Amino acid sequence: MTMRFLIWLTLVLSVWASQLAAQDVVADLSQNRVGITASFDGSEILIFGAIQRDAPMTDTEKLDVIITISGPLTPVMVRKKSKVAAIWLNTEAVEVDSAPSFYKIATSAPIQEILSETADLRHKISIPRAIRSVGAPEEILDATKFTEALIRIRTADGLYRVEEGAVSILDRTLFRSQVALPSNLIEGDYTARIFLLRDKDVIAQHDTQIDVRKVGLERLIYRLAHDQPLAYGLLSLAIAILAGWGASVVFQYIRT
Amino acid sequence: MQIYLPIAEVSVNAFLLLGLGGLVGILSGMFGVGGGFLMTPLLFFIGIPPAVAVATQANQIVASSFSGILAHLKRKTVDFRMGTVLLVGGLIGSTIGVMIFNVVKELGQVDLLVKVCYVVFLGVIGGLMFFESLGAIRRARSAAAGRPRKLVRKQRGWVHALPFKMRFRTSGLYISVLPPLIVGLIVGILGAMMGVGGGFIMVPAMIYILGMPTKTVIGTSLFQIIFVTAFTTLLHAVTNYTVDMALALLLLLGGVVGAQVGARIGLKLKAEQLRILLALIVLSVCGKVAFDLLVQPVELYTLSMVVAS
Repeated sequence: MTMRFLIWLTLVLSVWASQLAAQDVVADLSQNRVGITASFDGSEILIFGAIQRDAPMTDTEKLDVIITISGPLTPVMVRKKSKVAAIWLNTEAVEVDSAPSFYKIATSAPIQEILSETADLRHKISIPRAIRSVGAPEEILDATKFTEALIRIRTADGLYRVEEGAVSILDRTLFRSQVALPSNLIEGDYTARIFLLRDKDVIAQHDTQIDVRKVGLERLIYRLAHDQPLAYGLLSLAIAILAGWGASVVFQYIRT
Repeated sequence: MQIYLPIAEVSVNAFLLLGLGGLVGILSGMFGVGGGFLMTPLLFFIGIPPAVAVATQANQIVASSFSGILAHLKRKTVDFRMGTVLLVGGLIGSTIGVMIFNVVKELGQVDLLVKVCYVVFLGVIGGLMFFESLGAIRRARSAAAGRPRKLVRKQRGWVHALPFKMRFRTSGLYISVLPPLIVGLIVGILGAMMGVGGGFIMVPAMIYILGMPTKTVIGTSLFQIIFVTAFTTLLHAVTNYTVDMALALLLLLGGVVGAQVGARIGLKLKAEQLRILLALIVLSVCGKVAFDLLVQPVELYTLSMVVAS
């Protein structure tokens, strides 16, 4: 009985000890809300935090940080053009089930060196892993090409980006990274994930939300267009007629 | 100055939009075309989502056309009767056009449909207009040189043989209502499919098929464009929520000013010169679209949002 208890106690203690040794990560953002105003021209978010450790650090220990910021996930239709009788037209299409509208990765070192395949697979960190695509039509053999195209196009638009070395770690304890949000953001709940890595594996994770919302006049126009579409349409027409008439009157006045 | 567009959800330069509106407005005032055939591709080019571009430019055309028609009303060069007949055909046509558009959209070939329509219609109309105006300019030159000018009797073709005749006093015509009704219908269908008002098809059709004098053509075309594009704007606003008020406002501020300038430039030019200029613009847009269809695109893949059902 005593023997069994002792074994049990050592087990508990060892688990507890390993948990102590396993570092945790705490982080915060310079802002949790991004307001899209009429003059919105992109924004910068500062992500900063600390690596908490309960055991003294060893000299050989190397910790790394990966930060991802993801926009809302939406399905995307990817179409491919090919030449049919001298004309280039859409021939194949694959619906990618869910892809982030925006995805940025910042790391403290080259991603290949700090993240293993399995950890990437489990936590969906790299861009290809963050995109979910299943059930491409059977007749399409090169479905991965479509996902690659999606990544290529969104990267060219500045929506997807990997910035290796953009996270700076100070004294192996404090880290910070500046993430630029482009001007072509869409509304939604964005997620910031901060991963702490050791030996290519994730040992701690911290998630926070970033609210990206239209504010002020932008919000007013957007809501009116969706809630009162007929009134919105008529208002648009009224503005058009008024502007047309106004210009005519002004020009008449200038000429006389 | 960058501005974030609430519906298009992109940030663009406000002055670029004002300039774009102004440029297309000048064309609108000069030729009596809405300018959609030029504006739609230009908006695509600066990164406005196609659906928003098509819907919003319809709204912008209402403004520039309204500004343009006021100048024509003063000169009494609007044939209301003809305009109304064309409009009836146009509204029926655009409803059919939207239906065709939605069917093709399901098939994922809207891109192709729009582009082929552009190439075919811009090419045919631009080409016809170009050679006709070239001929007219040559005739005017030879007449000025003192050579005897061939007397051309006013043609009385099939258009005059049809029943249901109606008198269009402003245009000095006494013809059947069927040709204008059909012209309106076809323009309506094409306009809705191509996301344009259809002025560039309407204007030549009025001159060459209906035989209207160029002076009344412009005002009358503007009259019908106002109503067709207003109808299109409402349709898009209610069904797709794709009319961007901020985008429209910037385009139309440029557009209404441009239209006034254009109307004044138009008065200073001869009818043949106006037509040859319009023909050249139409042909160059056609050439650009054809080029895009025939040459291998740099990016073979395109993305589009899937609307959650």
